Amino acid sequence: MSMKFDSKTPGGPLEDKWSKHIFDIKLVNPANKRKFDIIVVGTGLAGASAAATLAELGYNIKAFCFQDSPRRAHSIAAQGGINAAKNYQNDGDSVYRLFYDTIKGGDYRSREANVYRLAEVSENIIDQCVAQGVPFAREYGGLLANRSFGGAQVSRTFYARGQTGQQLLLGAYSALSRQVANGKVQMFPRTEMLDLVVVDGHARGIIARNLITGKIVSYSAHAVVLATGGYGNVFYLSTNAMASNTTAIWRAHKKGALFANPCFTQIHPTCIPVSGDHQSKLTLMSESLRNDGRVWVPKTKGDNRIPADIPEDERDYFLERRYPSFGNLVPRDVASRNAKLVCDEGRGVGATGLAVYLDFEDAIKRIGRDTIESKYGNLFDMYKQITGENPYEKPMRIYPAVHYTMGGLWVDYNLMTSIPGCYALGEANFSDHGANRLGASALMQGLADGYFVIPYAIGDYLATRSYDMVPTDHPEFLKAEHSKNT
Amino acid sequence: MSWLTEALKSSLGRKLVMSFTGLFLILFLVGHMLGNTLLFFDDGGQAFNEYARFMTSTPIIQALSLVTYASIIIHAVYSIVITRINRRARPIQYALNKASASSPWYSRNMGILGTIVLIFLVVHFRSFWYEMRFGQLPVVNYDGSGEFKDLYSIVAESFKQWWYVLLYVVAMIGLAFHLSHGFKSAFQTLGLTHKKYTPLIEGVGLWFSIVVPTIFALIPVVMFIKSLG
Amino acid sequence: MDFTLKIWRQKDAQSQGQFKTYQLTGIGADNSFMEMLDELNEHLIKNNEDPVHFDHDCREGICGTCSLYINGRPHGPQKAITTCQLHMRSFKDKDTITIEPWRAQTFPVIRDLVVDRSAFDRIIQSGGYISVNTGGVPDANETPITTSKANNAMDAASCIGCGACVAVCKNASAMLFVAAKISHLAQLPQGKVEAESRAESMVAQMDKEGFGLCTNTGACSVECPKEISLTHIARLNRQYYKAKQASDYIPDKEEIHEG
Repeated sequence: MSMKFDSKTPGGPLEDKWSKHIFDIKLVNPANKRKFDIIVVGTGLAGASAAATLAELGYNIKAFCFQDSPRRAHSIAAQGGINAAKNYQNDGDSVYRLFYDTIKGGDYRSREANVYRLAEVSENIIDQCVAQGVPFAREYGGLLANRSFGGAQVSRTFYARGQTGQQLLLGAYSALSRQVANGKVQMFPRTEMLDLVVVDGHARGIIARNLITGKIVSYSAHAVVLATGGYGNVFYLSTNAMASNTTAIWRAHKKGALFANPCFTQIHPTCIPVSGDHQSKLTLMSESLRNDGRVWVPKTKGDNRIPADIPEDERDYFLERRYPSFGNLVPRDVASRNAKLVCDEGRGVGATGLAVYLDFEDAIKRIGRDTIESKYGNLFDMYKQITGENPYEKPMRIYPAVHYTMGGLWVDYNLMTSIPGCYALGEANFSDHGANRLGASALMQGLADGYFVIPYAIGDYLATRSYDMVPTDHPEFLKAEHSKNT
Repeated sequence: MSWLTEALKSSLGRKLVMSFTGLFLILFLVGHMLGNTLLFFDDGGQAFNEYARFMTSTPIIQALSLVTYASIIIHAVYSIVITRINRRARPIQYALNKASASSPWYSRNMGILGTIVLIFLVVHFRSFWYEMRFGQLPVVNYDGSGEFKDLYSIVAESFKQWWYVLLYVVAMIGLAFHLSHGFKSAFQTLGLTHKKYTPLIEGVGLWFSIVVPTIFALIPVVMFIKSLG
Repeated sequence: MDFTLKIWRQKDAQSQGQFKTYQLTGIGADNSFMEMLDELNEHLIKNNEDPVHFDHDCREGICGTCSLYINGRPHGPQKAITTCQLHMRSFKDKDTITIEPWRAQTFPVIRDLVVDRSAFDRIIQSGGYISVNTGGVPDANETPITTSKANNAMDAASCIGCGACVAVCKNASAMLFVAAKISHLAQLPQGKVEAESRAESMVAQMDKEGFGLCTNTGACSVECPKEISLTHIARLNRQYYKAKQASDYIPDKEEIHEG
């Protein structure tokens, strides 16, 4: 099969592309928006923000999630923060620097125009979230606080304790709830998408299973937006939620939506190591821990002494040794690769030998246990809960784990997949993170796509379409339903 | 005034009524207790009988009495309404419930404690309040002050019976636990909490719920012991 | 480790349920409670029996999906965690573990240990938001917020909507859940604009759903996996009384909810 790949990236200088594109794309008249139905699958950051914003504009939305409530989507588990090129810290940040860091961090494999747009709208995201009541951390003067994150040399990460994803999701969920109350969003919780329905080459609906009754039902619309997350759970163990099972984008792919960069999987360096055969998933410890924790293993192979008995000169702080300027804050891929390397050499620690230490002893000496507790208290508690060990007294053991998938459905500049009328947002698409995503950029991308890109971009397509609905007894719907029932 | 009736019918409105009536009854307890301490005087009941007449003949006190009766009735009726709603909210109980792990028993049994207090109140009203108002009490004459209904004599008579004293002691223990939750709960319901003064409210509430019922209970106990010797 | 499990089994909302007892052997102490149930289900599936249905998703203690009344307490015996963060080392070998669904008229059982908590969604839909559309909002640093307000708001906002507060409350009251949202938004300047109508409409929806009344026992806060404090309930009370005597809303004259 040959296919013409037209990313529809607008011409002109990088910094003008998005504003020029917004002007150039077709608009749907406000009064006509209510004549279009849009299906949004997934209610994480990308899905909830898209559903809410499209509903605010006047489109009729059918939103689907497999969870019992849209508030439970796995975006909620993101801990660390969200990047934005606000330059509130006056440390030389800019839209261009955020763009540059993201492109470079992604090994120059993302689409420049998309990433530049991402950096541009990052500022609006923070404004939007604050207006929604997201309780970001603040300085004593009352202004927003920032912290730095791996892969960046400026401080541009906004955060709400270790629960940034939760707070941003609850913000998007509240906007979505408001539209449900307004009758503009019809919410289908505990409903799992089973297939995409393509009629005359255009995405016109989905087949979904009601997870309570087991009934398989067809839903028709003028466009389908997939905001269903990544495919991390194709690996046996990952940090993804248990039910994030990749079905939606896989089915769309089987219906002709091309997949891009499937090999680009992010292995997060700071996860709690595997402990037993019946482990169901891995738990991530926020990368922010590397701001104060020092990563090390014993210098010699098979050194089984407890960490406190290993003297300083017999420890190998391998990240600080190899990357003196970044130290423990090297990008995720570098940290992960190096951890695996030292474990492969037989210098890993713990019962399985598949772990390295993340040690807070120096930080506690330097800034005190109380400060460490106020910064990372909930993470330390979580670690203790899972491992039964106290990280204030013993170094944490960490190991890389599958965490995020940069690859996904191929999309053009409008976030449309290779099936017309089918869009992919957030982690489900491929375009913004190249071969490696920077910390605190997933939340940024999900919200950028949902709040600020798809609401404009989808109009360009819908403006060319008729208002007619495809009835759910159309042969394509019946065929898809039938294939799921057998 | 439909906005007001609607507000008072809401869950929080009903709670507000419980809180206000409860707090008023707490104030009443202070006054009643101070008056009752007159029973400790060894004056053959003169101070107490004078106090009893003052309480039943002063207009402002009579007005306050009416508020007190209303508070008792409303507090009791609302508690029944609230209990019914709360029962409906959990039609099926847990097979295994370790409620003590998360809250003190008395906070969960305000209804039972309140019922003990209410039963006591019925007996108490019948014995003294009714007799004072409508009964045929003996009359005593103190020098220069005219005639007084001798409430003291029937109080003293009642407190010679051990079971009657026991009822009082049990009821006051019930009241103590009822207050130990009710006092601070009333402030919480009103939204009057702050780290600056909540510890004070809780402290005062605890002392109040120990001291007041103890003094109330001491009266029949002391009079009973006196009657023995 | 070996366990005897007494688990509530119920086919659907209409059916009568009952406890069934299962024996489980050789469970690792490092297993999470959910992983222990996974093992049970593996056995049940192998024996052609219906697996035990229970809600779970992130298994990191943040999504609020998991529930379970374990040995008489919501989310089990440990403080400040969800069931998915509970590990079998918290139990003794040969323990009998009783597992029940959340019990409340407002949380009907869907199947076995799975309950319907959509009442919470409807409460949020009734006003648990700030009515701003996307775009056209002021710069994020336009309005300074003191750290103490931001922290207090964050304390309240950390609610995960799991429903443990309702489950443990002797009155099945949802006050802590509602208060958490009211208090979160009421403390931020952005949320103050609609504070009155929000308190009125959310409490009205809470009552309509059929949750019980708060009697301040404090059990909700003790069992809350995010340790949300009762002071938020006091704040809700204040907000509500203030709204009731000062808001523009008069019954039968105007809709509470204007969207």
